[in-house]
Amino acid sequence: MKAVTAIDQFEESYDLVVVGAGPAGLSAAARAAELGIGVLLVDENPAPGGQIYRAITTTPVGDREVLGADYWRGAEIVARFERAQAGYAARCTLWSIGPDETAAEGEAFEIGLSLDGRARLIGARQLILTTGAQERPFPIPGWTLPGVMTAGAAQIALKSAAIVPAGRTVLAGCGPLLYLLAGQLAAAGAEIVAVLDTTPRGNWLKAAGALPNFLRSPYLAKGLRLMAKARRSLRFVGGVTGLAAEGEGRLASARVARGDAAEIIACDTLLLHQGVIPSVNLSNAAGCAHDFDEAQHCWVPRLDNWFGSSVPGIAIAGDGAGIGGAESAALRGEIAALGAVRRLGQIDLAEGDRQAAPLRSELERALRGRRFLDLLYKPAPQFLAPPQDETIICRCEEVTAGQVRDTATRLGVTGPNQMKAFLRCGMGPCQGRLCGPTVVELIAQANGTTPAEVGYYRLRPPVKPVTLAELAALQQTEAAVKAVVR
Amino acid sequence: MSAAPTSADVIVIGGGIHGCSTALHCALRGASVILLEKDHAGRHASGVNAGGVRQLARHVAEIPLSNVSMALWHRIGELVDDDCGFTSDGQVLVAETEEDLANCKARVDDLTLRGFHHEELIDGKELRRLVPAVSESCPGGVISRRDGAAIPLRATQAFKRKAQEQGASIREGVRVEKVSRDGKTWRVATNVGDFLAPRLVNAAGAWADRIAADLGEPVPLEVIAPMLMITAPLPAFIKPVVIMVRRKLSFKQFGNGTVLIGGGYSGRALRDENRTVLDWRKLATNAGTVWDLFPLMRGVPIVRAWAGIEARMPDDLPVFGPSARYEGLYHQFGFSAHGFQLGPGAGAVMAEIIATGRSNVPIDGLGIARFTQQAP
Repeated sequence: MKAVTAIDQFEESYDLVVVGAGPAGLSAAARAAELGIGVLLVDENPAPGGQIYRAITTTPVGDREVLGADYWRGAEIVARFERAQAGYAARCTLWSIGPDETAAEGEAFEIGLSLDGRARLIGARQLILTTGAQERPFPIPGWTLPGVMTAGAAQIALKSAAIVPAGRTVLAGCGPLLYLLAGQLAAAGAEIVAVLDTTPRGNWLKAAGALPNFLRSPYLAKGLRLMAKARRSLRFVGGVTGLAAEGEGRLASARVARGDAAEIIACDTLLLHQGVIPSVNLSNAAGCAHDFDEAQHCWVPRLDNWFGSSVPGIAIAGDGAGIGGAESAALRGEIAALGAVRRLGQIDLAEGDRQAAPLRSELERALRGRRFLDLLYKPAPQFLAPPQDETIICRCEEVTAGQVRDTATRLGVTGPNQMKAFLRCGMGPCQGRLCGPTVVELIAQANGTTPAEVGYYRLRPPVKPVTLAELAALQQTEAAVKAVVR
Repeated sequence: MSAAPTSADVIVIGGGIHGCSTALHCALRGASVILLEKDHAGRHASGVNAGGVRQLARHVAEIPLSNVSMALWHRIGELVDDDCGFTSDGQVLVAETEEDLANCKARVDDLTLRGFHHEELIDGKELRRLVPAVSESCPGGVISRRDGAAIPLRATQAFKRKAQEQGASIREGVRVEKVSRDGKTWRVATNVGDFLAPRLVNAAGAWADRIAADLGEPVPLEVIAPMLMITAPLPAFIKPVVIMVRRKLSFKQFGNGTVLIGGGYSGRALRDENRTVLDWRKLATNAGTVWDLFPLMRGVPIVRAWAGIEARMPDDLPVFGPSARYEGLYHQFGFSAHGFQLGPGAGAVMAEIIATGRSNVPIDGLGIARFTQQAP
């Protein structure tokens, strides 16, 4: 690994640029570098690991039991990457991907990077986007109150700084990460007063058909372990059908409905989580086609069996290719790397297939049982599209569910891109990451259509904000300068 | 509900602000109208432009049309039942040197002689009163006080909805494949079948040259992709829209604090894919101009950049008016990145020409004949 710590240390162009240093990105970069390809891995975080293995090389959490054996598996992935001859730029933001207009032929891209307050455009012949997943938005009344956070945010604080929430903590939602975090926080000394499970009871029936595969899957043992650990020590409340955060100026309590029964639980921190969805902002802005995945109930990029997207030369691996978890992410990263190396002509198809074969069978094993989890933890409709009109759904521009519903029906707005013009939802600095799925859901519901028909935001670069000064002082590659002069 | 009509008095091709406005004004005059739009109303240039409602610095040939339009913008809520986000804080042209200012004065004097009074010369003191953030060295400029800005997609869709309310059949997702003449009737073949009408308006924006060419009136239309950027919110520091004499820059702060930066730098338009590619090198130049002129902007994040697909004519003037070749055919395209302000008025004038054969509003110099007629 060769660390790149300043913007002028980048080469003019790389054979392969990998975006994101989670298990998929680390594995992709390592595999490609091992095959002799010039690779650059860029990542926004100060240290490798992504979300799942966040701070794996730097965490102050000393007791290995707290984060669990699955977390520490990340150390091997990072170690392999460090042995490989790949460039690595930490704290580096990629803000644009476009075709390289100066390229004579073949697949070539121009990417915009920022590092330490300076921006630059460099070249990449192949790209692998491994920007992972994000938590599915969980809009409930009061979710913008101080004291309410996402479970993922609490996990970041735990892994990177050994911080746990102070005072009485409630976790609410559904999905494996919720139970994992409950266990991790409890082990780290947090005072967890309740875990509120919003998994719709009817989901068990829907998921039953996928049960046999789940029973043979690696998820099972892991899942049972997580559940057992959490349930043993914590108060579990199942069948939650309604949830609101309440308080004057900050969170004071969670109002919980279970059918007709209501309960108020006093708390200082409420951690929300209803699963993760692929983070599609970068792939969408890069022009890759996406489809709505009914089982995972989210947009996923359209990919071939090398994880190549609809844009030739851009592959997408890891949870960004559809949620599969850490183990599958690393395998997908390696297969995507083989695909890129093959496109670069370093290996032929037969060799690519030969090297990919064991990875593919591992991947199949790793994903066995996934469908059961997808079906079981599909959020209830009332948590995807809040029924209360006053619930804020776009936090950047403070747009409510009622406004979206009203605009969809009264003004006949049929898609989120039109909605932006009326309500500005999705036009704030988060670029729709926190409102997109909810806006789509609300429009579908109001117009009696499906999320697939409603579509998604057309996302605009810069994918992450870049300052005017950085842009004005943009360092250009020699090739790019020549192109302008020409 | 009865099936959507396939024949009408007027067919409008293109659901931009021009097509929607013409459809509305034809409907207001009692004509039956079908509007055909391949995507949705305002999907391209009309929905993603800078929203400038500007008379300032327009070509003289466009000013009469622009005057009609400005009167409509100032009562836009009455016309389409939506204020379209229109605000009127003026637009200012900034002169950076005494020479610039002298040219500005000559222009304003010329307009006055022609009977146009919307542009007004201002000195350095008035300039800094209007735009306190502008550099001290600028000696003055020109203001057009009734100018302003609106929200483009919202405005375009308001025209669409109002046209619909007035009985126009607005067909989104209907792509025109071929236009032909069938006696005195126009036959417009689309992906959902044929539409017929004795009168046809070509308001197809960046795709209008194909329709014109189909009908034997080829024009040298260039497809451009003007780029825009918007920043994170800043405390209010500027009210009017600002444009520069010497540099490519347009600059506007919205009520919510965000600043829109444009200047007519073009990315690359891929009109067959409905897609544009940004050119970050040009945007860097654009950002550099702001860096020079508005130092307080330097640290602000750019949160989005985009481009629309737009038609530009070689003389930067629209093609507007009856066909030079056929009766019952009208052109309304090629607004060359400054057509948004003209939309409401151009629709009204076009509807008048369609209904009565003439208009008192002069449109000399805008006809398609300037490209299609050979010198005798």
